[in-house]
Amino acid sequence: MSDESKADVRQYVRNAYEQLGLPRLIIIIFLLSLFALAVIMRMDLAILVKDSITRIGMNGILVLAMLPTLACGVGLNFGLPVGVIAGLVGAVTSMNWGLKGFAGFAAAMAIAIPLAVIAGYLYAMLLERVQGQEMMVGTYVGFSLVSGMCMFWLLAPYRNPAMIFALGGKGLRTTITLDRTFGKVLNDFLGFSILDVYIPTGLLLFMGVFYVAIALFFKSKAGLAMRTVGSNPMYARSSGINVQGMRTLGVILSTVLAAIGILVYSQSYGFVQLYTAPLTAAFPAVASVLIGGASLRKATIGHALLGTVLFHTLLTIALPVTQTVLQGADISEIARMIMSNGMIIYALTRAERR
Amino acid sequence: MSEQSTAQVETPARGLGVGISSILRNWSVPIFFLVISIAGIAAARLDINYLINEVVGRFGRNAFLVISLIIPVMAGLGLNFGIVIGAMAGQTALVIVTHYRIDGLAGFMLAAVISVPIAMMLGWLVGRTLNQAKGREMVTSMIMGFFANGIYQLVFLVLLGTLIPMKDPVLILGSGIGLRNTIDLIGLSYSLDRAMDWLWNGFVFTSIGATRLGPWRFPICTLLVIGILCVVTTFITRTKLGQEMRAVGQDMHIAQVAGINVDRTRIIATMMSTVLAAWGQLIFLQNIGTFNTYSSHEQVGMFSVAAILVGGATTRRATIWNAIVGTLLFHTLFVVSPLAGQRLFGVSQVGEYFRSFLAYGVIAVALALHAWQGRAGKSK
Repeated sequence: MSDESKADVRQYVRNAYEQLGLPRLIIIIFLLSLFALAVIMRMDLAILVKDSITRIGMNGILVLAMLPTLACGVGLNFGLPVGVIAGLVGAVTSMNWGLKGFAGFAAAMAIAIPLAVIAGYLYAMLLERVQGQEMMVGTYVGFSLVSGMCMFWLLAPYRNPAMIFALGGKGLRTTITLDRTFGKVLNDFLGFSILDVYIPTGLLLFMGVFYVAIALFFKSKAGLAMRTVGSNPMYARSSGINVQGMRTLGVILSTVLAAIGILVYSQSYGFVQLYTAPLTAAFPAVASVLIGGASLRKATIGHALLGTVLFHTLLTIALPVTQTVLQGADISEIARMIMSNGMIIYALTRAERR
Repeated sequence: MSEQSTAQVETPARGLGVGISSILRNWSVPIFFLVISIAGIAAARLDINYLINEVVGRFGRNAFLVISLIIPVMAGLGLNFGIVIGAMAGQTALVIVTHYRIDGLAGFMLAAVISVPIAMMLGWLVGRTLNQAKGREMVTSMIMGFFANGIYQLVFLVLLGTLIPMKDPVLILGSGIGLRNTIDLIGLSYSLDRAMDWLWNGFVFTSIGATRLGPWRFPICTLLVIGILCVVTTFITRTKLGQEMRAVGQDMHIAQVAGINVDRTRIIATMMSTVLAAWGQLIFLQNIGTFNTYSSHEQVGMFSVAAILVGGATTRRATIWNAIVGTLLFHTLFVVSPLAGQRLFGVSQVGEYFRSFLAYGVIAVALALHAWQGRAGKSK
């Protein structure tokens, strides 16, 4: 090999490295070594792959919900529970009516989306007034809404006996099974198996539709305007873009996606989780999009997709693999905590260097 | 994410004006919570002796942690959710002391000494990280708390017994790896609270007219320590270092121009807060008497921040009095709300949820209000 082509290769590797970034490289290596371990330990790869695909489909839209707020300059939407709560209200109301299958899922969406638009609008109004502290305020708005809704779940007038506490008969259960309503409607739609790997076609299609729609949106005039607001608000204002309107739109879009995202998540999981469960809903989504390569300044569909795939594959296979290797000690939860929060710190401390 | 404006928000003149309007302006938040507390006490029809005992006990348990928040606010770092990390340092020291079975006040003091280098090192790391996230210190310190929790669990749940050799059937799980979920602090419990019992056992009996008040048991020594901390904190604000912190908190750029090493000052403020939080957690745990290895520290940051905000502090101004009044009011609400929920809705769970709603809500409203006022002040 000539010196020149060696230099070329080196340059190519360096470029690839810079594009990928150190955190992603570490995570990809970690992921590959987990897979290698799984092969060495002769674990059932088909199950690992199947679970990973399902998990990716489950979480894809929740991660996607991060993009609009990043694009319009509001930052990481730690207030994701606002939308999640709207989605849960939709799910619970639809179940209360006893609707089954796709009808139930559609009804849940039909209730959740208008609620999410209203909640998102109010949330956007608040964020507009606290510019510069959106992430902190968003976090605590989310936390207080979730704990406030705990009282709602307990006192709300839902009467379907399948949903309320068996003993005492007051208040919704902490986890409600979706077996007899719309559990797994998307997962089982057109589902098939290849090489023992079950492909939840409907779930992936549904997620794909939203990714394409958001990608198209960012190519549209409104989407471009939103990105301009995010990257340079002064320039946006001087070129006649309604800055506040775009930020509001971004927050509403994010909230609506969160509401849809939690419905997709719940139907795939098979349970609706109420009370304190949505408290930490934002963190995995935030971590995913950052792991995918997004920063406070720049976020694309590709980042969301790559992040979802990397982070959720990792979470899915870390538990069984480490349990097999370490004989019982569960480090996957610890790894999740260190990795996701480490990633958020990395992004927060690096944002100023453009 | 515009960078934090350097324009200082005018705080209302804090002259010696004792007029009702100035009291209302400076203390509107605490007054609001005082009204809620009184309404709650009335609704729950609480026994006054029970209430006073509980609130004073909880004050002794928590005030030190709340006061540890003041110095970073002064240095312009906002509310330091990173005191969770200090709490972890305190707990690490506690594990060491418990392992060597050192009991009583000696054990407590030793834990306090051991926690200092750990907390200083961690505080230095936190301070350095926060310097890279100027304008976003609060959210960064909060996430650092979560991150540190992961490291803490890695060390005490996985590495202990594998990489770190330690054999102790009382502390370590049956498998020989990792600490047990709860550790009983029999030897250390009340070691500080009752350290001055030889002088006076802390019981109070009085009666006003026909109503008998007491017996209340006060943690005399802890209250004394808190008093000393108040004096020391006030003293620090008067020293050269304190003045520098204040200057940095007012305006980093001007402080830099004036020859103050801004980054160093901010790191020192964070380290002080972390060390104080470690001691605060020791006081907290010696009062509780048992120690949930993996969760005792988790909510420390949130509850302390909520308490100081209830006391009328903001992200840019916090005083000893904010901390003291806030701790008393917040914990009154804490005692009252489950009982009030029971009376009003017939479900005590409602009160439990109301409690956490209150803690989160107070923080959300206080942060939002302050950011809001900050922007209004800027656009003037």
